[in-house]
Amino acid sequence: MTFIELNNIYKTYFLGEIEVPVLKGVSLQVDRGEMVALMGVSGSGKSTLMNILGCLDRPTSGEYWLDGENVTHLSANQRAVVRNTKIGFVFQSFNLLARTTAVENVMMPLSYGSVSDREARKRAVELLDRVGLGDRSHHHPSQLSGGQQQRVAVARALINHPPLLFADEPTGNLDSRTSEEVLGMFQQLNEKEGITIILVTHDAGVAQHARRTIRIHDGVIADGAHAADAVAQPVGGAA
Amino acid sequence: MNFTRTIKTALRALRRNVMRAVLTTLGIMIGVGAVIAMTEIGQGSSAMIQKSIASMGANNLLVFPGTAASGGVSFGAGSTLTLTPQDCEAIVTDCPALKAAAPIVRARSQLVYGSRNWVPNTISGTTPEFFEVRDWTSMAEGELFTQRDVRNGSKVCVIGQTIVKNLFPDESPIGKEIRVRNVAFKVIGVLRSKGANTFGQDQDDIIVAPWTSIKSRVSSQSLQNANQSAAASSSGGTEINSLSDLYPTKAVQLYPAQSAIQAADSPMPVRFTNIDQIIAAADSAEQMQSAIKQITSLLRDRHRLRPGEPDDFTIRDMADISRAQSEMTNTMTTLLLCVALISLVVGGVGIMNIMLVSVTERTREIGLRMAVGARGRDILWQFLVEALVLCLIGGGVGIMLGSISSLLVTKFLGWSTQSSPLAILVAVLVSAGVGLIFGFYPAWKASRLDPIEALRYE
Repeated sequence: MTFIELNNIYKTYFLGEIEVPVLKGVSLQVDRGEMVALMGVSGSGKSTLMNILGCLDRPTSGEYWLDGENVTHLSANQRAVVRNTKIGFVFQSFNLLARTTAVENVMMPLSYGSVSDREARKRAVELLDRVGLGDRSHHHPSQLSGGQQQRVAVARALINHPPLLFADEPTGNLDSRTSEEVLGMFQQLNEKEGITIILVTHDAGVAQHARRTIRIHDGVIADGAHAADAVAQPVGGAA
Repeated sequence: MNFTRTIKTALRALRRNVMRAVLTTLGIMIGVGAVIAMTEIGQGSSAMIQKSIASMGANNLLVFPGTAASGGVSFGAGSTLTLTPQDCEAIVTDCPALKAAAPIVRARSQLVYGSRNWVPNTISGTTPEFFEVRDWTSMAEGELFTQRDVRNGSKVCVIGQTIVKNLFPDESPIGKEIRVRNVAFKVIGVLRSKGANTFGQDQDDIIVAPWTSIKSRVSSQSLQNANQSAAASSSGGTEINSLSDLYPTKAVQLYPAQSAIQAADSPMPVRFTNIDQIIAAADSAEQMQSAIKQITSLLRDRHRLRPGEPDDFTIRDMADISRAQSEMTNTMTTLLLCVALISLVVGGVGIMNIMLVSVTERTREIGLRMAVGARGRDILWQFLVEALVLCLIGGGVGIMLGSISSLLVTKFLGWSTQSSPLAILVAVLVSAGVGLIFGFYPAWKASRLDPIEALRYE
């Protein structure tokens, strides 16, 4: 079942008079429950594509269907609601609120929904338990290691039960051992809970954890645009 | 995002950097504190100044009898006898704009005590309300006479400081008897010194007694329906001057004096007990005009004057003094307002400054919040509420600081202060307003950030 569908997406930035085309007709599909790596060197349009996929930005032309809904022409506020309910974000630099406890960091996205404070706290504690930080829920980010901080960030991304999880270079600031831990956690979430995960990375080692790799080069998809292509390459997680 | 949650978020954000929050709101604290302290101290001193102006007679009204004229010759104000003690009672009961009113009967005579004598400026016969009207109820010694003394025509009196100085230089006057035209009045009280009035007249050179006593025992000539001022000047102090032979001051008789038979043939029509004037005090300076109107219509009614007939009395007010009083009040209020505005604007600029820094510093946080689903207006509210909370906390602390400092001023400098709930309310509203106005721009700026840019911000 197709969960994400991009049809002929163009994105052009206008720097004064000069047009800078970044995405030049990207089409791709991701099925529900897939774990996909999005790879590309810097300047390839990878970040722009990720921003569009994450509903942070709108394409200049083309169509974007997410979970059966056309999100191409949504207003900024409508996109905020989509991000709040359907998408979880994990960033390279964790982006936790300083001097705020882990549990409050995890709760934060719920303050923009309609969940009560008590319910939010309960969910946050449960999630921290699940990522193995149950005993550190009242620590501040500065009292946590990098791996622990990233796990708090993952818990925060999961608090709204989103069907889609974006991880933008999630291991970029971690050493190799904690990287493995975090990536293992993503695989578990994908396999056990069926969350669709998109890993954005330039590291082939990280991309191997995904079952399919979409390569973007110079604003167009080089390969891996469709789920069917996945058959052609080895399943990363098992490798 | 509901309101309590927004406030919680704002408090959490402020708690993350307590020191900066305190410094940010310091301007508001000092501003509001200064406003509260200034208003309380200012209102206290303003009330004090107003009181002393009022004791000069700013709220006083004087009612004089009308003018007599004979053959085109006017005898001046107070030359007919039209006011009665009953007029005064009616004024007290029927004029709501008045605080009190008292009748006054005047006399001029020599006072004698032992081997000393003195002619006071004023001998007033009145009721105890007189002291209330003149704001003169505090005594240096002894007590005031009462309504009962007025009813009985008791021979008691209250004297001013100048008389004490001249008749009782080395003893207490209380209980002593002063002779006024050979009537002995017992001194029961000594008034506090009031000094000279604005025209240089010594207000302490006064002896006050129940008007019934003065009327019936001292100044019987007031009963005659005649030109009082002429009578008073001819029968006043000149008689008792032992040097009058050296400097003949007796009025030259231009017309032959009436013989006893002539006087009996044309008796003086004595109509009623009259009084020389009524002194009244309005409730406040603002009530002066309505008090004048009420007294005028009441007296016209009582004196059965037809429409178109001129008043048979004159009302005088202290327009100069009351104008000075209201000008003073206005100046004080404007001054306080200016100080308040300046300090609050300075505080508000401080808030805006730090909020702008805070927005820049927290760009990534804003980006993150937007990425996880905050809409522009959520961010706007968050920062606006933060500024508002800062200002309200600052305002609260400022109110406490202001009250404490005005207490300290009262305690150590002995100035009178007056706490003002209105000032507190205004301070709270204004600090909230300052928070909204000066917090809006930074909050708006934050809400307009692009989440992608904000997340990438280093």
